[in-house]
Amino acid sequence: MIPAAFDYVRAESAEQAISLIGQYGDDAKFLAGGHSLLPLMKLRLAQPTVLVDIGRLADLSYIRDAGDHIAIGALTRHMDVETSSVLAEHVPLLANAASNVGDPQVRHRGTIGGSIAHSDPASDLPATTLALGATYVAQGPNGTREIAAKDFFLGFLTTALAADELLTEIRVPKITGAGWSFQKFNRRAQDWAIVGVAAWRLNGASGVGLVNMGSTPILAASVSAALASGAGVAEAAELAAAESEPQSDLNASPEYRVHLAKVLVRRALEEASK
Amino acid sequence: MCQPLGGTTIRRGSLIMQITVIVNGAVHTSEVEPRTLLVHYVRETLGLTGTNIGCDTSSCGACSLHLNGEAVKSCTILAVQADGQDITTIEGMAAADGTMHPMQQAFMENHALQCGYCTPGMVMAASSLLKENPDPTEREVRLGLEGNLCRCTGYHNIVQAVLAAATNGANR
Repeated sequence: MIPAAFDYVRAESAEQAISLIGQYGDDAKFLAGGHSLLPLMKLRLAQPTVLVDIGRLADLSYIRDAGDHIAIGALTRHMDVETSSVLAEHVPLLANAASNVGDPQVRHRGTIGGSIAHSDPASDLPATTLALGATYVAQGPNGTREIAAKDFFLGFLTTALAADELLTEIRVPKITGAGWSFQKFNRRAQDWAIVGVAAWRLNGASGVGLVNMGSTPILAASVSAALASGAGVAEAAELAAAESEPQSDLNASPEYRVHLAKVLVRRALEEASK
Repeated sequence: MCQPLGGTTIRRGSLIMQITVIVNGAVHTSEVEPRTLLVHYVRETLGLTGTNIGCDTSSCGACSLHLNGEAVKSCTILAVQADGQDITTIEGMAAADGTMHPMQQAFMENHALQCGYCTPGMVMAASSLLKENPDPTEREVRLGLEGNLCRCTGYHNIVQAVLAAATNGANR
């Protein structure tokens, strides 16, 4: 399968990439690792006329301890998130979630920023960073702004990013010492999650994100609220799908997904409560 | 570097780009359409047909090769993205005198192939795995080869071969 024809420009800086996207308009797309975009282009579900390649912007690939949070450059590859010693210490949930993305070859190319900007509800990292209360940094022609993860995912493959904004950084609050769990239910190796759960608990606070339980990644706020008011794990897990509107597809009906979400949230909270 | 030829664009998608890549130690400069996939470039432009096309959807791993020393799926990378980079295909694994790479040797000794279609991708993925994890457990080998499918289902001997190769110098 070969994508429809397009023009290709390799950006030398974030500023140039944003300027190029502005110049080419709606038909242009940023190309990072390409492991979400290129499969869509090969199926001709996406037919951008210009790709602005940001894959060589090495200054957007980093994982830094920034005090109360970890700052992750948008072009940091999944493999580097998975193996980061900084994340292993302060946000092991995110490193573990990254190790569940695709397979090693995919993780050598795919980037955390690309995954979040693509915002597939079946992807592991959008829901995980949502559970962690991350903040995304977007750079546009007039400077940068911060967008809370809970305000970022607007609909299926639709985010709060403007057409000429580039996601540059993901800021993840430290949860050093927290209990955590990442649950991914699928039928074959390397498949997308039929349902996935990212959960953490620390000193009475918690976060639970759901993969593939609706048209966006879902924050299971009712579960955290129940835990905060003293509910047990099993009781809180019954509320797992309160915010969800799961779809039907080849793998599962909505009813089955709701069942899975309750079971997986219970398992995740049990593991995170150890 | 990646430069459009012939100046200004006439219409979108008509651009031909010039790329320079190092493949198995040799420098190649070629003209490609931006939409040319790396696997098609390697197979059709360079004639290196050891890299196979299986699923063409980044699932099966038959097209795995090394980009800057790491296994990647060449059906999901544009040739223009590889401009200026270092590529190794299965043809580049054996030494110049024909001595097989320790991973190839281990595949042969452990009968780690049946029809052979997945084998080049398996060897490339497995050798990349051992660079990152020189002494893997059996489970780590299985997880490390998650992105490579063998439709003959000959996984047992493939895993044995990778474990043998790890003790046999393929992790250098």
